Amino acid sequence: MAEEKKDNLITVNIDGQDLQVPPGTNMVEAVKMLGKEVPHYCYHPKLSIAGNCRMCLVEMGMPGKDRATGEPMLNEDGTPKIMWMPGPAIACGTNAAPGMHIKTNSQKAIESRESVTEFLLINHPLDCPICDQAGECKLQEFSASHGRGYSRFVEEKNVKPKRTRLGPRVTLDDERCILCSRCIRFSQEVAKDDVLGFTDRGSYSTLTCFPGKELANNYSLNTVDICPVGALTSTDFRFKMRVWFLKETKSIDFESSVGCNTVVSSREGKVYRVTPRRNDEVNDTWMPDSGRELYKQIEAEDRLSYSTVNGVGTSAVEALKAAAELLKGEGVAIVASGRNTVEEQFVLKQIADQVNAKGVYLVARYGEDDGILISKDRNPNVRGALATGLISDLPAEQLSVLGSQIDSGEVKTVLAAKEDLVAAGLSEEQLKKLKLVAIDTHATATTRNADVAIAGLTQFEKSGTLINQQFRIQKFHKAIPGPVGSIDDLAALSAIQASLSGETYPSVVGTVWEKIAAEGSIFEGLSFKGIADTGVLLDGSAFSGLAFVEGKSLHFEPQVVEVAKG
Amino acid sequence: MAIHPKEQRLVLKYADEPGYTPHIDSYLAHGGYDMLKKAVTMEPQAIIDEVKASTLRGRGGAGFPCGLKWSFVDRKSGKPIYLICNCDESEPGTFKDRQIVHKDPHQLIEGMMISCFANNVAKAFIYIREEMPYGAKILDQAILEAKEKGFVGDNVLGSGYSCDIVVHRGAAAYICGEETGLIESLEGKRANPRIKPPYFPAVLGLYNCPTIVNNVETLCNAVHILDLGAEGFKKIGRPNNAGTRIWCVSGGVQRPGYYEVGEMTLGELVYDVCGGPLPGRSIKAIIPGGSSMKILKNGERYKGKNPDGSEYDWGLEDIPLDYDGIAAAGSMSGSGGMMVLDDTVSIPAALANLMAFYSHESCGQCTPCREGSLWLKKITSRMVHGQARPEDVDLMLDVAGQIAGRTICAFGFAVAWPVQSYIAKFEDEFREYAAHLSDPNADRQAIKELACNG
Repeated sequence: MAEEKKDNLITVNIDGQDLQVPPGTNMVEAVKMLGKEVPHYCYHPKLSIAGNCRMCLVEMGMPGKDRATGEPMLNEDGTPKIMWMPGPAIACGTNAAPGMHIKTNSQKAIESRESVTEFLLINHPLDCPICDQAGECKLQEFSASHGRGYSRFVEEKNVKPKRTRLGPRVTLDDERCILCSRCIRFSQEVAKDDVLGFTDRGSYSTLTCFPGKELANNYSLNTVDICPVGALTSTDFRFKMRVWFLKETKSIDFESSVGCNTVVSSREGKVYRVTPRRNDEVNDTWMPDSGRELYKQIEAEDRLSYSTVNGVGTSAVEALKAAAELLKGEGVAIVASGRNTVEEQFVLKQIADQVNAKGVYLVARYGEDDGILISKDRNPNVRGALATGLISDLPAEQLSVLGSQIDSGEVKTVLAAKEDLVAAGLSEEQLKKLKLVAIDTHATATTRNADVAIAGLTQFEKSGTLINQQFRIQKFHKAIPGPVGSIDDLAALSAIQASLSGETYPSVVGTVWEKIAAEGSIFEGLSFKGIADTGVLLDGSAFSGLAFVEGKSLHFEPQVVEVAKG
Repeated sequence: MAIHPKEQRLVLKYADEPGYTPHIDSYLAHGGYDMLKKAVTMEPQAIIDEVKASTLRGRGGAGFPCGLKWSFVDRKSGKPIYLICNCDESEPGTFKDRQIVHKDPHQLIEGMMISCFANNVAKAFIYIREEMPYGAKILDQAILEAKEKGFVGDNVLGSGYSCDIVVHRGAAAYICGEETGLIESLEGKRANPRIKPPYFPAVLGLYNCPTIVNNVETLCNAVHILDLGAEGFKKIGRPNNAGTRIWCVSGGVQRPGYYEVGEMTLGELVYDVCGGPLPGRSIKAIIPGGSSMKILKNGERYKGKNPDGSEYDWGLEDIPLDYDGIAAAGSMSGSGGMMVLDDTVSIPAALANLMAFYSHESCGQCTPCREGSLWLKKITSRMVHGQARPEDVDLMLDVAGQIAGRTICAFGFAVAWPVQSYIAKFEDEFREYAAHLSDPNADRQAIKELACNG
């Protein structure tokens, strides 16, 4: 045993190897620190301990103490004598204590895992060939790695309900369920919507919704993510694609300033599903259902697939030329978006300076926060606009100031980047007075009235960064190419800036970052590549005077705006 | 029921007296609540010490020393301490607590109040089996009577100590009698036993507060320990097995019933007190302490070494009828539900019946018990239906071994022990099933009903 103890760490011994861990560390996690795995089903790092699957059984022992004297018992060679417990213990329910020894691969531990695997399989339908979970199923994986490979069960299997609709988005197959209770604990502890439970007893136990209830909360699909088997499946994703064909791309949920980390799964240019990605500082392992639906906008009917000049379809190059010409005119204002990336906002700021803009506006989007992972601010990147200097105050929901500038004739030209001006309070009459350049992904009143409309990209088709409510800058990556005829938003803005300034301008995220980071701003020293997958916390103290709207959510406490005390 | 002269009655002393009713007047006329009056003048710790010194062991099944259990209670947490009387008597073959509740409920209340006072409990619960509706009514009435007389409720006997007792009817499942399952059920949830650690009732019990859970008979004995004193109480029975025990004898004996006895052998109880087997039959085996305990085979010799080094060599009838005696014979005295199997009983059919019960009662929370118990039911049921295979006996042993010691609660043992012990003692009967595929003489309809009532 290692003698030194630093920072209150204690020493435990796993399979003969000493390891220093904080006291109370869960032994499943401790084993993980050694790069090993204790197989488990019911244990989930973000849920309470149930200890019911019994898959993580290990041998456990503590240093013995002489009952009479209280002195530690020693082996002949002076090492502490370990008193092994007669039966196996569950690693998930065992917290590290000084001197604790566990064996994860002893004969007894291996035999225990084989037993549990056999028990879990006897009433399981073994329908992997038609099961959506195949390929990402813990039961399938552990049956291969910890099973015996043959069956001794000759009786009839239990029959349970199939294809049960638990709610609008979740379908349940009870025969596949291994009764780990993860979904029940998630509903109680995280979603705070206690609607799931078991009926019946013993092997006939059946997962079900309480009578008159359904699993309809906005976090219901997390139960599908944490289901270790194919019992809970996403009604949307069911039977669409084999998971092993899917390419996984790290992304961010765009629906609010929380910025849940996600994984976008796609194949051959088509997105099939969006699932959460673990970030212990932001969203743990969860995300809202609503954010998973956003991929459907990619193939929406009103998607713009080519650019237009005066309503006539044209190439992106021609459209960008025409746009730059318009913006060289008098009285230019810019309407940017809280859905633009930091890079786009940075280039928009350059354009605003170049054309000596009469105004730069953002459109605020507010909704109810749910206290979990959706905040009041439904723009994912208002803080990016602040940090790049594009705007200096929090945006309004309506563009009334711009409206009066148009009415007075002060503003004659508008560049709208991913915002519909009509939805933000301007009238189509006001738009008709303008020379209008619009970049967007879908047809809106603005693109219909635009002199130049540029077909841009959704967040699934481009890369970039966003700054969330914690002032954490997080990056997302391109999962699929955009439609033929579209152009990358950042490339379009860079091309416009190049035309306006007459100088070359970087057009991809990585090179734009060289300019962003060189500014001596809060981005100093950063690069796109250098931002970790779980983001980098920026110093947002410069903006602490602003009255941000976000309330409390998971891992976020709103900063109390200091009120001077009289 | 007439009291057999060989009995030594303490807990059930007055219960069967002619004219004795559950009413408080009957109890008071026999010196009832005198010990509570004595208790409230004592130091609570002195009562705990007395119970500890009496070496009273739990009568519910595990036989854990009661005083030691009380000493584990976390008294520093600042949380209230609860006491729960486990009256969920659901172990097949056990019906002793029912007698106490139905015939002498005030003795239980007095025992509980003494225990509550000793442990500074302000609220106690009687978790009574759902299938005892009459008992629950009697207890409710008895608590009302005791409250009127100042034995329960506010300011007990003017001592300034207050404690309320609540009768809670159970959720009608075997597992509700498991200590932590009972606590979950009392909290209004499914009676899924809790994982230990961390949920040891003495620290994190009812509503995560320190909790004492004791059996009905155990709590009644608190009265008699105060009455006789720890030394007097220890004089009954062998050392470490102090006090009387109520045995519930059922099955193939002439006079089945409940018998409260002191020091005695198994043979004395079965042959003398219960009259031995029915005419023309012989005793084949005895399950000593409720259906989950290991079976004891008649005709076998039980040998071993006593703690003092001397050797013992018992026949079935010589086994001392107490915790240590039956443990020395390889089983447990459990809840005192003794089932006598005579020579008409087919052991595999009995096991099939038992497995039907246990697979029905498994709560379904943890994998080995949930899946293993039903698998064992399916195997044993198939077996007695004439489809036994030669490999079934080994398979059953394997499955039982995969359950025992790997579950959240002791239910796993309750499933595994019968399988392991029945096969160990009667392997030839199981092998016979396998060899002939079926028993040609078996009453097929009876076996079917027996094996499939789950």
